Amino acid sequence: MTTFSGTALCLDRADINTDEIIPARYLTEIDKNVLGPHLMEDLDLAGFDPQKDLAGINVLVTRENFGCGSSREHAPWALEANGIRVVIAESFARIFYQNMFNCGMLAITLDTKQIDRLCDAAGPSPVHISVDVDAGEITATAGPDTWTIPFTLSGFEKALVKAGGWVEYADQNY
Amino acid sequence: MGKTIAEKIFDDHRVDQPFDGVTVLRLDRVFCHEITTPTAIQDLVARGKDRVFDPDKIKAVIDHVTPAKDAKTALQGKVLRDWARRHKITDFFDIGRNGVCHALFPEKGFVRPGFVIIMGDSHTCTHGAFGAFAAGVGTTDLEVGILKGVCAFKKPDTLKIEIFGHLQPGVFAKDVILEVIRRITVNGATNQVIEFCGPVVDAMSMESRMTLSNMAVEAGATSGICRPDAVTVEYLWPFIKDEYPDRDAVLADFSRYLPDDDAVYAGQETIDVTDLVPLTTFGYKPDQVKPVSDMAGTRVDQVYIGSCTNGRIEDLRVAAQVVKGKKIAETIRAIVSPATADVFSKAMDEGLIKIFMDAGFCVTNPTCGACLGMSNGVLASGEVAAATTNRNFNGRMGKGGMVHLMSPATAAATALAGIIANSPLFAQPA
Repeated sequence: MTTFSGTALCLDRADINTDEIIPARYLTEIDKNVLGPHLMEDLDLAGFDPQKDLAGINVLVTRENFGCGSSREHAPWALEANGIRVVIAESFARIFYQNMFNCGMLAITLDTKQIDRLCDAAGPSPVHISVDVDAGEITATAGPDTWTIPFTLSGFEKALVKAGGWVEYADQNY
Repeated sequence: MGKTIAEKIFDDHRVDQPFDGVTVLRLDRVFCHEITTPTAIQDLVARGKDRVFDPDKIKAVIDHVTPAKDAKTALQGKVLRDWARRHKITDFFDIGRNGVCHALFPEKGFVRPGFVIIMGDSHTCTHGAFGAFAAGVGTTDLEVGILKGVCAFKKPDTLKIEIFGHLQPGVFAKDVILEVIRRITVNGATNQVIEFCGPVVDAMSMESRMTLSNMAVEAGATSGICRPDAVTVEYLWPFIKDEYPDRDAVLADFSRYLPDDDAVYAGQETIDVTDLVPLTTFGYKPDQVKPVSDMAGTRVDQVYIGSCTNGRIEDLRVAAQVVKGKKIAETIRAIVSPATADVFSKAMDEGLIKIFMDAGFCVTNPTCGACLGMSNGVLASGEVAAATTNRNFNGRMGKGGMVHLMSPATAAATALAGIIANSPLFAQPA
């Protein structure tokens, strides 16, 4: 059983681009872990403080077209360096979406109502999310409330998550 | 049932279909630059798989930061350079011979209709101008491409964008693609291939078609494909003349990659450009587009003419036509970066460099530099740029900076005026 779990943060804005996830000035870094402290330092979102708000976060919940822009895999790497291995959004840009699974990470698409509920639930206590890839089910907990949300991954996406990424998968198969 | 261009290319290149809707394609080209490839190389070395599937199909360039600006960028260049030597990748373009990847590789004749091309750079879609399926990918896809010569893609649903009418003088391919993105929005073509067609595209030069295809990704598209035709043949002829008896034979061969009359499209957009005016962006998204006249008078600190969108000789010719014999505003810094060494050389021969320098422009060596805020023209916080580049994301050319995207003609006119301004090449019809 492949599971991912942790504390979620809602980034309530559409079209968050790769320059905002990790600015190009850090693309001279060859070591992925060096990207960590710079995650989302240019993000244009009212009241957002990356140093404070991203601490202890494992899951991002966000809106349409997350990860648009550059092909830079530095975007998933910067997430991973911060312990974030799951992004849940209304929709994703293609290259970012593929990069997540290529890295053995998880990008999940949910409808607006489900995203609304996850974003609205964050109050005094944060939303905790647990993802069961095999069951195709997210369990969300906010204070006393717990609810489950079904999601769909393609066979290919599941295989990449299981294999730990595309290099491993391709090496076994081609 | 008829097929689109992308469907025909997929049929030709299918290696495997491991899952429903996923096709593993054989690659004709893997393009590399020094920002995203060194990490792939290092990972392959760490895995004990320091191999390349075919050194002749891999082409590499140092273009984002060149000359190196510090120890880190020097190391990125060195990793790529050493790797190219180790694997006998002979088409490796280092300083003095280099240029912005998506301008350089077509110029060297590396692209053909029907090719499947990947690169660790989102604007790889530019090469779709030649009727190729060309897509930007991340480092892991690049790594597998280098090692195995394959890449996985989902089913290529195609959005047909038909452009008809007549472009007014002073209105260019850049204005057309800004209009397309304005209409379909920044995720209007996500997971789709755009097929650009219609009489306006047919009449465009290869360079203008590259400008269209270059920005397909700004609407989310995987690739932006133009139909191969006599213009494509003429551009590629010097590179293929030994392989065919004549141009007609090339055209006949390339026509394999034309869409069928009964091809099925996922969507269609028809745009009449007869009334199109010069456009510019106003926000942090490429679909936030307005007529230049609506933005006229906006303060600008720096004008940048260059990049894989609009740094080709055609672009420099138009910009030089606007600035010839004039001076840029005292309040403006104006930079022109010819996209490749060949563009630079031609611009010298044609006297364009002198025109720019006499007008007060700084002329840099070919590089991606300022476009993504890496080198050669980064903005300070609060500064505003008018640029012929493809992205206006928040902080794109430097933290806290604002970028307005526009054509080379508009950028040149803006450099003269010191504020956003329409070029004199544009005379709005009465």
